[in-house]
Amino acid sequence: MTLASTAEPQALHIEGLHKSFGTLEVLRGVDLTVAEHEVVCLIGASGSGKSTLLRCVNLLEEIDAGRIWIQGTEITAPGVNVDHVRRRIGIVFQAFNLFPHMSVMRNVTLAPRKVLRLPEAEAGAHATELLERFGLADKRDEYPDRLSGGQQQRAAIVRALAMKPDLLLLDEITAALDPELVAEVLDVIRELAAEGMTLLIATHEMGFARDVADRICFLDEGVILEQGPPAIVLKEPREPRTQRFLQRIIRAGRL
Amino acid sequence: MSGVAPTTPPELLGSRRSSILGRLRPSGLIVAALSTLVVFGVIGWVIVHSPGWPRVQQSFFSAEHFDASLPSILNALWKNIQLFLMAELLILLGALGLAVMRSLPGPVFFPFRLSAVVYVDLFRGVPSILVIYLLGYGVPGLRLPGVTGDPFVWGLVALVLVWSAYVAEVYRAGIEAIHPSQEAAARSLGLSRVQGLRYVVLPQAVRRVIPPLLNDFIGLQKDTALVSFIGVIEVFRRTQIEAGGSFNFTPYLVCGLIFLLLTIPMARLVDWLAARDRRRYLAGLAR
Repeated sequence: MTLASTAEPQALHIEGLHKSFGTLEVLRGVDLTVAEHEVVCLIGASGSGKSTLLRCVNLLEEIDAGRIWIQGTEITAPGVNVDHVRRRIGIVFQAFNLFPHMSVMRNVTLAPRKVLRLPEAEAGAHATELLERFGLADKRDEYPDRLSGGQQQRAAIVRALAMKPDLLLLDEITAALDPELVAEVLDVIRELAAEGMTLLIATHEMGFARDVADRICFLDEGVILEQGPPAIVLKEPREPRTQRFLQRIIRAGRL
Repeated sequence: MSGVAPTTPPELLGSRRSSILGRLRPSGLIVAALSTLVVFGVIGWVIVHSPGWPRVQQSFFSAEHFDASLPSILNALWKNIQLFLMAELLILLGALGLAVMRSLPGPVFFPFRLSAVVYVDLFRGVPSILVIYLLGYGVPGLRLPGVTGDPFVWGLVALVLVWSAYVAEVYRAGIEAIHPSQEAAARSLGLSRVQGLRYVVLPQAVRRVIPPLLNDFIGLQKDTALVSFIGVIEVFRRTQIEAGGSFNFTPYLVCGLIFLLLTIPMARLVDWLAARDRRRYLAGLAR
């Protein structure tokens, strides 16, 4: 059954997604659906394929098999303009990936100006609004290397939001931050979730996942082994592999 | 501990490699001065006390011939300046095109990548003088209607062809030094491959390669003398004429000094830029 024909299309629908790098099979048939305004957290060990899954959704990786729909439109169909697809899907990376040769303002307005062809003033006004909302108004003319890690990651989130995406992918966005800077970034995400932004989040922050997620998916050896509400998956996991993963997390004091 | 700086300031770290004096104390400076004086004093003494010195002095270091040839040689310099300024502009653009062609991914662009590789191999692999001869004598020899036989033009074309191959490699190194995550970030925002290259990758790449790029331009400035072989009256040709007319080699000294006056400021600029980058890098690490 495909959801492409149902009355209310899902924000994201993935069927049978496979992806290998050389002989290493990272994703071995992932099926996943994310409803509009839903917040889904992907958890799992390093190398379980969380980042690869997100990069496939954004078509940053070419997939080997499977199909992906965004709001009912198949983006993996032949002849699809990938640039058009990416406008609707924002992604924030673990290492921020801000453009170091541009001010924060330029980072945020580049895509609206060049991709959406918004006039400078309009792109600037929208960017200023977003920067103010996320406490970066005074950093608008700074270059990324003058910002703290938390500020850089918030600027990267603003940069993705400036394209008004229908779906936002967050790839371990706090993993490169000093512990004391994690909270300021997670607060931003909580705010986005509360507003109804559709989010697909790869994370190691189990406490955050428990708070913010509508659903948690445990990714193991390239498939979604178990999924459900945080209270179920994190408290009473069904699968032995999920249990072992969570025990390791608890021993490390991360839950 | 009192009197000892806890850390070395970045300015000093940055200058240690680029300055030939290094970090010398005053006493070290005196030793350096003395040893320099001794080494060069001995070499000078040997030269001026050699049996043939008076003849050599007359042929190569004649003040009279120096004064006589300087104005006309200096006058011919304008040709070299025209030549390398025009060449540099064309090379900057042509080489960028080559480098971009070579970095296009995917099977569709294979012919472009292949052409760029063959071009660079070809023009970097043959002596500049050969290309200058082939174009300077070959093209006018075809007597194509409407095609100029001006050796200046064909000398310029030859220099652009040869040096674009070198500079393309410099650009390519710069492009490859930019982490793929930068392109991923650009593409993820919906920028096309061309937009990502233009707004994100190239501005960073070009900034990184400015010192090696200027270094190649020093080589190009010297190579402008080669177009004298196809009949352009530039500095070197004018020097040969002056020397031939007076049976004195002093004009070559004049010519050498003029090239040094052109290239040394460029060399210092390269050093300064490299030192500045290093300082910025260290300052970035310190933060």
